[in-house]
Amino acid sequence: MRGIFSKRRMTLLVLVALVAVLPLVFPSGYYYRVAALVWISALAAVGLNILMGYAGQVSLGHAGFFGVGAYAVAIGPARLGLASWICILLGAAASGGIAWLVGRPILRLKGHYLAIGTLGFGVLIALVLTSEAKWTGGPDGTSVARLAVANMRISGPTAWYWISGFVLVFGAWLALNLEDSPAGRALRALHDSEIAAALGGIDVARHKLWAFVLAAVYASIAGSELALFDGFITPDTAGFLHSIELVAMVVLGGMGSVLGSVVGAALLTTLPQLLTVFVEYEQALLGLIIMLAMIFLRLGIVPGVQRMLARSAS
Amino acid sequence: MSALAAENVAIAFGGIVAVDGVSFSVEPGNIFSIIGPNGAGKTTLFNIMSGIYRPGSGRILLAGEDVTGLEPHRLAAKGLARTFQNLQIFFRMSVVENVMVGRHLREARDLMKALFRFPSVGHQNRATREKARELLAFVGLADRADDAAGSLPYGGLRRLEIARALALEPRLLLLDEPAAGCNPVETEAVEGLVREIVRSGITVVLVEHDMRFVMRVSDRILVLDGGKKLAEGTADEVRRNPQVIAAYLGRYGSKEAARARS
Ligand SMILES: Nc1ncnc2c1ncn2[C@@H]1O[C@H](COP(=O)(O)OP(=O)(O)O)[C@@H](O)[C@H]1O
Ligand SMILES: [Mg+2]
Repeated sequence: MRGIFSKRRMTLLVLVALVAVLPLVFPSGYYYRVAALVWISALAAVGLNILMGYAGQVSLGHAGFFGVGAYAVAIGPARLGLASWICILLGAAASGGIAWLVGRPILRLKGHYLAIGTLGFGVLIALVLTSEAKWTGGPDGTSVARLAVANMRISGPTAWYWISGFVLVFGAWLALNLEDSPAGRALRALHDSEIAAALGGIDVARHKLWAFVLAAVYASIAGSELALFDGFITPDTAGFLHSIELVAMVVLGGMGSVLGSVVGAALLTTLPQLLTVFVEYEQALLGLIIMLAMIFLRLGIVPGVQRMLARSAS
Repeated sequence: MSALAAENVAIAFGGIVAVDGVSFSVEPGNIFSIIGPNGAGKTTLFNIMSGIYRPGSGRILLAGEDVTGLEPHRLAAKGLARTFQNLQIFFRMSVVENVMVGRHLREARDLMKALFRFPSVGHQNRATREKARELLAFVGLADRADDAAGSLPYGGLRRLEIARALALEPRLLLLDEPAAGCNPVETEAVEGLVREIVRSGITVVLVEHDMRFVMRVSDRILVLDGGKKLAEGTADEVRRNPQVIAAYLGRYGSKEAARARS
């Protein structure tokens, strides 16, 4: 598994190839849009996978950070006259800072209590975004100025396909690097036994906190991307349903697998569009597919398929 | 100076006093064993010594330094390692990765360097893996290094825990029933390991039910009963102690007592 064909390099190779080659098979420009939405969601999922997949800590409020990033690029340029790209960084810093402050008390909770704690946090952020209408436009949302670099406006699905694809590959590279390092091993260890990890010299609370901060930064940047891409944003992006969707991406794709997070994001972004032909059965079918995937591939899609391939090879 | 000392350590859970004013001290380079019937408080004492529980009263001294109530990861940094009676394996990781985790404190852990994959991170990973493989060879698991930890048999998991604890390069190693659930051959292997570990200069505190094993390897033995210290001494002294004989006779009948004496 190591050497040139390490899991890390293979995953990166697959991702780079996907981003580079997919446009060749796109029948129309519409596909650039769908794929860009996939890359953006995948970035948030790859980040959440650091917290959930590596460290085993659930967050049911993660869309809150997505919302912070989204509203940072909405409010910053419109109200404070800041450049959009600076607001991406400010949003990420704010999300990381909030995660660092909130994470200390909240990550002491375990299991279901952690789930409810993070859920409450996410609801709180969505509530603030909804009620501070003077700044955020309230429940109706607000428009977002397009990204401009050196006086060049960057908009449209093709540009955003390449931007979000590049950012995803970069984010995946960081996450894969982390996985194969002392900190990554520490996170995966405490997932299985906090006590054994602690007696191995690992500062469990600190590692959980940094995983939470990293995951928040990923979500925030993804949120900024979506807001700039769509040019419009509503508090729903920070809402509970979106948090659940992010968790479902990680679990469906396979906890702990970077590629799995991308696959999960791709499925949950594209399936609803594909299933629209079934009109009123769309939601039911989506639910059924998720259920079947989890029943037959308990580890999630990517680790589950990997295991099946390994079994049939040996 | 003693490697480890407990002074009047006590802890209660609800109404149950699990450890009741226990004192002892362990000389450097010794094998110090703690025996006693199930529920005597041996594991609880280990949990106090390794920072999982804070004692209700009393002190723990590590190489003369008061470490009472210190968090487990800080105790690890001071050279304390342990294994667990109820195994604590990282089941999502491979055998060798389990041991690599044990190297945590011996590794440079700069998060930024890790994220951006500085060349030093790759070099260090290779060195850590190499060291982990050496330790696996030491405990006889070299050929299982790349297998999933969960695929090891029970005796293998016990030895994996020992390898992981040794990866820390501890000065003091606490072993909680390292031969529990092992067959006689595996038990003998564990005994050989314990002897080699002590020979390498590590002080060992051992909790073990196999009396022959304990009597053979221990420099000193502490007998606990109902959370209290019943006796302490060399194997011979403990074997002859009337209170110990009575306790074992009373609770286990003559067979166990005979075993304790043999
Ligand atoms: N966390 C806990 N909560 C309540 N009771 C406990 C706890 N840990 C240990 N005990 C109790 O303390 C006593 C000693 O247990 P233990 O230390 O595991 O014994 P031993 O390892 O000698 O078999 C038992 O009565 C046990 O039920
Ligand atoms: Mg015990």
